[in-house]
Amino acid sequence: MLRPANVVWPAVAAEPQVAYEAVIGIECHVQLNTHTKAFCKCTTSKAAANANVCPICLAHPGTLPVLNEGVLRKAVIAGLALTCNIARQSKFDRKQYFYPDLPKGYQISQYDEPICSGGRIETVLPDGSTRSVGITRAHIEEDAGKLVHSGSDQLSGSDYSLVDYNRAGVPLLEVVSEPDMRSGAEAAAYASELRRIMVFMGLTDGVMAEGHLRFDVNVSVREQGNEALGTKVEVKNMNSFSAMQRAIEFEIERQVDLHKSGRRSEILQETRLFDESKSQTFTMRVKEGLADYRYFPEPDLPALHVSDNLIEEEKERMPEVPSAVRRRYADLNLPSADILILADEMPILRYFDAVVAAGASPKLAANWVLGDLMAFTKESKCSFDDLLLAPATLAELVNAIEEGLVSGKIGKQVLPDLLQGGGKGGVKAYMKEKGLIQISDPAALETLVDNVLAANPKQLQDYCAGKKKLLGFFAGQLMKASKGLANPEMLNRVLTKKLMEAEKAAEPLDK
Amino acid sequence: MQRRPALLAQHSSRTAGSIHKEYFTSARLTGASRLVSSDKLQKSLASTRSLVCCAAAAAPPVTTTSLIRQIQHDLRSKTRSSVEITEQYLEQLEAAEPQVLSFITVAAESARAAARQLDDRIAREGTSGLEPLAGVPLGIKDTLCTAGMETTAGARVLKGYIPSYDATAVARLKAAGAILVGKTNCDAFAMGSTTESSDYQVTRNPWDLERVPGGSSGGSAAAVAAEQCVGTLGSDTGGSIRQPAHFCGVVGIKPTYGRVSRSGLIAYGSSLDCVGPLARIVEDAALMLSAIAGGDDMDATSSPRPVQDYAEGLPQASSLNSRPLAGKRIGIIKETIGAGVAAGVSAAFARAARHLESLGADVDEVSLPSSDAGLPAYYVIATSEASSNLSRFDGVRYGLHKQGANIRELYNETRGEGLNAEVKRRILMGTYALSAGYYDAYYKRAQQVRTLVQREMYAALAEHDALISPAAPTAAYRIGQVNSDPLEMYKGDLMTVNLNLAGLPAMVVPCGFEVGGGSRGQPLPVGLQIIGRAFGEADMISLGHIFEQTCDFACGRPEGFR
Repeated sequence: MLRPANVVWPAVAAEPQVAYEAVIGIECHVQLNTHTKAFCKCTTSKAAANANVCPICLAHPGTLPVLNEGVLRKAVIAGLALTCNIARQSKFDRKQYFYPDLPKGYQISQYDEPICSGGRIETVLPDGSTRSVGITRAHIEEDAGKLVHSGSDQLSGSDYSLVDYNRAGVPLLEVVSEPDMRSGAEAAAYASELRRIMVFMGLTDGVMAEGHLRFDVNVSVREQGNEALGTKVEVKNMNSFSAMQRAIEFEIERQVDLHKSGRRSEILQETRLFDESKSQTFTMRVKEGLADYRYFPEPDLPALHVSDNLIEEEKERMPEVPSAVRRRYADLNLPSADILILADEMPILRYFDAVVAAGASPKLAANWVLGDLMAFTKESKCSFDDLLLAPATLAELVNAIEEGLVSGKIGKQVLPDLLQGGGKGGVKAYMKEKGLIQISDPAALETLVDNVLAANPKQLQDYCAGKKKLLGFFAGQLMKASKGLANPEMLNRVLTKKLMEAEKAAEPLDK
Repeated sequence: MQRRPALLAQHSSRTAGSIHKEYFTSARLTGASRLVSSDKLQKSLASTRSLVCCAAAAAPPVTTTSLIRQIQHDLRSKTRSSVEITEQYLEQLEAAEPQVLSFITVAAESARAAARQLDDRIAREGTSGLEPLAGVPLGIKDTLCTAGMETTAGARVLKGYIPSYDATAVARLKAAGAILVGKTNCDAFAMGSTTESSDYQVTRNPWDLERVPGGSSGGSAAAVAAEQCVGTLGSDTGGSIRQPAHFCGVVGIKPTYGRVSRSGLIAYGSSLDCVGPLARIVEDAALMLSAIAGGDDMDATSSPRPVQDYAEGLPQASSLNSRPLAGKRIGIIKETIGAGVAAGVSAAFARAARHLESLGADVDEVSLPSSDAGLPAYYVIATSEASSNLSRFDGVRYGLHKQGANIRELYNETRGEGLNAEVKRRILMGTYALSAGYYDAYYKRAQQVRTLVQREMYAALAEHDALISPAAPTAAYRIGQVNSDPLEMYKGDLMTVNLNLAGLPAMVVPCGFEVGGGSRGQPLPVGLQIIGRAFGEADMISLGHIFEQTCDFACGRPEGFR
């Protein structure tokens, strides 16, 4: 219908302001780090293309899958860590589609009876605040192979494509969240917490660039207060949590703009990829109707039974989840910023815990770990696991400083040597050997001060005459004379006392 | 090459006067809850007499002793060497092959080499360590993978495919000393009841070369009937061992699902597929089954239950008393007799039932009302699984590979050419049944029927030691008779599919002939299907053995192939 020329339509901006809300859910494929593949005995270690293959994972005629027990155990651990219900009986299904990287023409997965369901995890935002995110389900499936295209990014349009089946049959755990997140930051916090949980549980090395975790984010936007969900868009190809956050923020803005400008219908149910360099998402493929995967129960695998016994076994063996670590550190009265870093990576927290276990004060240990040691690991690109400085040695150093045996300054001075493996025989012996034990004996300090004052009569005279700035001069001379070993606090006390005495002694002369 | 045609005309010419006294019609059976004593039936049966006879009465006496035991004996006594035995079978194989076409691949050279090796070993080490199947020439259905030996499953798409591994059943036969003489023909991917769906050849029924041997293990049954080897392996998804055994007058065993590993069996319907032996003698089939049965790490659906030696303790015919089945309760499945069953089959079956009764068994009828629903349920489940199982034949990694401008075209060209009409039909049916919106109406419903069928079978077997039925409604089809009408062909599986749905063991033992049923009046074999309890192979085989050893009307060999 044509609009009469004389009618002026209100500009969009003039409409009453409507608030929009994003609804975000995340599916994550976690590559479980079993030694062998999910359904055959091929190794999962890195290898030349198509070196880790056998008739089973190549889907040769007559071959059958047999479940790797390690996959089951890892899935149970994951479920426990995500506080899911572990199904005592579940089953495998076939998800069917044709693609050259999928040898059987179907993927063994779990459709309507996942092994884990109904969990919840606590995520932390950078400001330290927490959000709880529901876990809908987690199920076991197998990975596909990898296609390498020549002449194009995709199979269609390529001159030729090569398939590497090393990855085919590698076990995956697909973790599906509830649509509980409302912003890019919340989504990134969820994703990093999920990664942290999986790494802490020892289920994956968590290297994003290696595809150990792959996130698909579903984003939709609706008017605030509206129950109904908007059309959801799937975003893939985010290689870091910050990329995920940016991708979601872009996508929310794009969708809100379309809502605001009355072009809501242009939001299509599609898969979009994130272009990191442009910080934008773009269409990969539009879903034409719902894909029919013709799921049906996998007849080659019997029902999956999980005994109470197995669950108890794994529960006992299970490491601490990150949120528990954070709570534990909060109980140690560590500042929340420190907690976030200490409880972020397994090697750091393992190291920190060992230092504290060896008797160091948590606060002081945290300072060393997050300060000098962290800087060192970053600089030398090593992990806390690789440090030559044993946690017990660091604890000894921390305690020696706290007890006044050595000064903090000396501590920092010797750290590089300790990081190279020095001090293996104990910090005290090391300090003694190097003559670095702090002088805290009052008598020795008094002699030291007397000697320095006696050696500098002019300055002493000036000081007594009112040049109080010379206190620093004496302190410097004293440190020099003690080769930096004097306990600064005590030394200061002795010096002040001696100077006051000298002043008193000088007074009658002036009068 | 001169060979006598596979005609048994002399049998039919003698049949008129050789009607056995004990028989009855299926019509009478249907109404009876107990078998009616045969003399009561005499008067009412006049009209069917001409159809019924005992062909074996006219056939030359045949041995029902184990061929495998004979080979074992000959090797131990040095009467024959393994090379001599193998050559003898290879000669028969080559001689019969041009007419019967049982084999897709003949492995004469490797068989000879294996035989020479065995003879060398015997010369070196003696015979004390001989394995149970040492030197026994066997054929393997082409649906089973054989390392280094072409394996096509009867399908074009796998032409030239050479597996890198042996199916577990094959590996176990080899480990038991067997000598493989080749790969037997079958309907492509075991989809068919005639071998007419083989992409390579149509196997002929040795009893009547104008007829099919049944299917899909038609090559396996024909090879045994034509004595091209001592026994064969078949696979049975809906009757593919039992129906050809019935058509060809041999013994065929479909074990309990999970009793024999499916690893290396090219899958048709994974939840139904069973590997089993075919042989001329029950004891030989039992020896083969003993070798191949048992749990397998390569098949998660295989059962870890311990395996019995199914041949051990089978009574000698001479040691049997007059009522060896006294106390055994045998149920005739009511729904498998009566309307729709050919008179000749009915008669032979009825006579077999009477025979069992005469051996002391307590034979009655048992109704399994869900039986009829089994066939459609079977075709839904089998084709659904098949549609998925056959996805791997995509031209990407092995087998037929057709170039295409894009991946879709590669798939279309490869599968279009590599899969035949029957295979495509079943893939389409299965794909349809699993499609969104149809799943509940077809696949799910079929699984419910399956549960029902299984429940009824188990209930019946709680009351009976075994159930019996004909193996198929008719004797062997003429070539082309049902191939053009898939539904007609599918109906032939009526009596066998329910056991696959229930996962129960079942075997077919020759039980007589449809006299004059052949194209030129030859007798056509008829088999008796015996159904056992889950993992009750030992009892079932014992019953089949006693039936075989006491039955003087069932055995025989096709004339032209002796």
